[in-house]
Amino acid sequence: METKNKAMLSGQHFMNGDVACAEGAIAVGCRFFAGYPITPATEIAERMARRLPQVSGVYIQMEDELASIAAVLGASNAGTKAMTATSGPGFSLMMENIGLAVMTETPCVIVDIMRGGPSTGQPTMPGQQDVMQARWGSHGDYEIIALTPSSVQEMFDLTIEAFNLSETYRVPTFLLADEIIGHMWERVNIPSAKSIKVVNRKKPVTPPSEYGPFKPDEDLVPPMACFGEGYRFHATGLTHDEYGRPKTDSAEVQQDLVQRLCEKIRRNSDKIVKVDRVLLEDAEVAVVAYGIASRAALSAVRKARAQGIKAGLLRLVTVWPFPDKQVEEVAQKVKALVVPEMNYGQIVREVRRVAKETPVIFLSKLGEEPHKPLEILDALGEFRK
Amino acid sequence: MTKKQLEMKHPYERFLRKERMPHIWCEGCGNGIILNCFARALDELDIDLNNVVVVSGIGCIGRISGYVNADSFHTTHGRPIAFATGAKLAKPELKVVVISGDGDLFAIGGNHFIHAARRNVDIKVICANNFVYGMTGGQYGPTTPLEAWTTTTPYGNIEQAFNLVHLAAASGAVYVARWTALHVRRLTESIKKALQKEGFSFVEVISQCPEIYGRHNKMKTAISMMKWFKEASEVRNFSDPAKADISPSRIIVGEFVDVEKPSYGRLLREMKAKLQTE
Amino acid sequence: MPVRIWRKPLDAEKIKVKKAEVHILKNQCKGCGFCIEFCPKQVLETSDELNIKGSHPPKIVDETKCALCGFCTAVCPDFAIFTIEKDCKEGC
Repeated sequence: METKNKAMLSGQHFMNGDVACAEGAIAVGCRFFAGYPITPATEIAERMARRLPQVSGVYIQMEDELASIAAVLGASNAGTKAMTATSGPGFSLMMENIGLAVMTETPCVIVDIMRGGPSTGQPTMPGQQDVMQARWGSHGDYEIIALTPSSVQEMFDLTIEAFNLSETYRVPTFLLADEIIGHMWERVNIPSAKSIKVVNRKKPVTPPSEYGPFKPDEDLVPPMACFGEGYRFHATGLTHDEYGRPKTDSAEVQQDLVQRLCEKIRRNSDKIVKVDRVLLEDAEVAVVAYGIASRAALSAVRKARAQGIKAGLLRLVTVWPFPDKQVEEVAQKVKALVVPEMNYGQIVREVRRVAKETPVIFLSKLGEEPHKPLEILDALGEFRK
Repeated sequence: MTKKQLEMKHPYERFLRKERMPHIWCEGCGNGIILNCFARALDELDIDLNNVVVVSGIGCIGRISGYVNADSFHTTHGRPIAFATGAKLAKPELKVVVISGDGDLFAIGGNHFIHAARRNVDIKVICANNFVYGMTGGQYGPTTPLEAWTTTTPYGNIEQAFNLVHLAAASGAVYVARWTALHVRRLTESIKKALQKEGFSFVEVISQCPEIYGRHNKMKTAISMMKWFKEASEVRNFSDPAKADISPSRIIVGEFVDVEKPSYGRLLREMKAKLQTE
Repeated sequence: MPVRIWRKPLDAEKIKVKKAEVHILKNQCKGCGFCIEFCPKQVLETSDELNIKGSHPPKIVDETKCALCGFCTAVCPDFAIFTIEKDCKEGC
């Protein structure tokens, strides 16, 4: 679809996280949005409904989240960058077709503005309760990518990053924000269109007669033909061979396929994973945090330093694939790790797995308020000399 | 067989992925006839196969997307219409056809059907209605007739069946037809009409499932089911779809709706064009 | 009894009745019997032959009876039968 540059934003803007996410999507070339209203992600849909027609894109409000994600997969296979945005209950409804996206290696971005759960839970309150669901919510073995923005600027930047990763690896990519990041207003710098890095899916170089839609290159990612390009490919959620032919009774094909779907992410995790290291060089205690909790953590670390506590922060920008190496490296250097999360213990499990002998202190927070810096500081205070 | 005959190719071979033949469907299954009529419709309209996308759901007929030599996608259970909606809107030049079963389109996927019809998305939906969930071994579904025996209605079905053409018409489809798998010519003509029409078009095919449905319901062979279609069918073109019964003694078939209404895609294009000139 | 008047069409010399060739792709047949049952001219019948699938494909009883209606081609679920007009350029 044609892009009208006059409709692209640039320069400094004051906006909320949901709007910044929508603008990031438009900046990276997303031209299809299918969604269903849900608090606290609705503002993304509203912004897309206004903005996409201005840039020759398509906004459609579907009958439910099952349809939204299905339409996104349809649009992506027709060659358009596509996304949806939702929150807990809608995210749960999307799980089956997220599995289809994994299986058919359909690039797409799913934004989950997390609220309190389980079930309808607390629609207007923040939470970080869906991080494990993002990783494991659909059935079967697979890998996905998930990014966790902690500011409105990152809602813009990481939406772009999410599309680029999704297009690179042909994998559904999640932006896991929370109600506070989604609704918070901050300044956002939008670079000129020229300076925004845009990655598009690899196209096939073989003629249609030789093309296998699931025949990978060396990086384990197959080039992607789209509908109407003359390749006449077939894709299915059934276990399939490199040519998309169903092979539901072959152990070998199942083994190779599942292994490749996982390994294309695992083997490339060094290229995918991003973390932010703050004051970690000489740290004796470190906070591992992401999203909204990392903001209080940063403040707590600075306060701790002022009190002579050698504290540092490892902020996870990528939570999936989990930054094993980066967390392990910090865990080996410090006396303890502190993990604040707005849930009852999710990413802390991964931290404990990687930290091995190093003690891990978990700070749970549920409900309206995010962690206060002082609460995290209290935990760090135990390491005062 | 003469040498000449050995070399003869079936006239519709080019519409099929030959390496996947024979298809998985049972002897005498109506799905093969639907595939045959679809191929004939494409042939007679001389449609460029590179512009056709076939989307299917789950169930026996779900495999049809893998047999058609066009871009094709075998989606999850109940979601082909939603998937097709995304594909069509993202690339309007495509002819997007959903071919799926009654359970897929009207039980698990019923909501998508009524909303796509209401929006008048320019997609074509062909439904193989065999009254039963065949692939899972014969459970009752949203179209199973009252009193029918299935593995989950061992004492006879006590649920009312959907009238699919009535549902489609009420939901806003611009073209609605019903034929049986025996009405091969009229079915092909209806598929052709649907393919050429702008907007949400629906063709129901009453299709025989001799193995899983027929033999438990007093029709032991595919031929006996086809004979039922022959004897019971009554063509009532443009009659009230609300009265289009399906019963042991009468199957009302025909074209029920053929109206003009701007499609979702057209309205979207017009809105975008207006924005560009403002 | 009504008097039946027979007359020869004026263009009978010019019009040639099309002759059919019926092709059966035996190994694609699953033996449903639709082509045999619903042929309006009874051109086909079940054969004793077993194909690679273990089905009995149809066999041609009398090809000259075929009116090229194409019903067998259309109703075959397995793309196993089709009819074409015989090439009679060099006489049939």
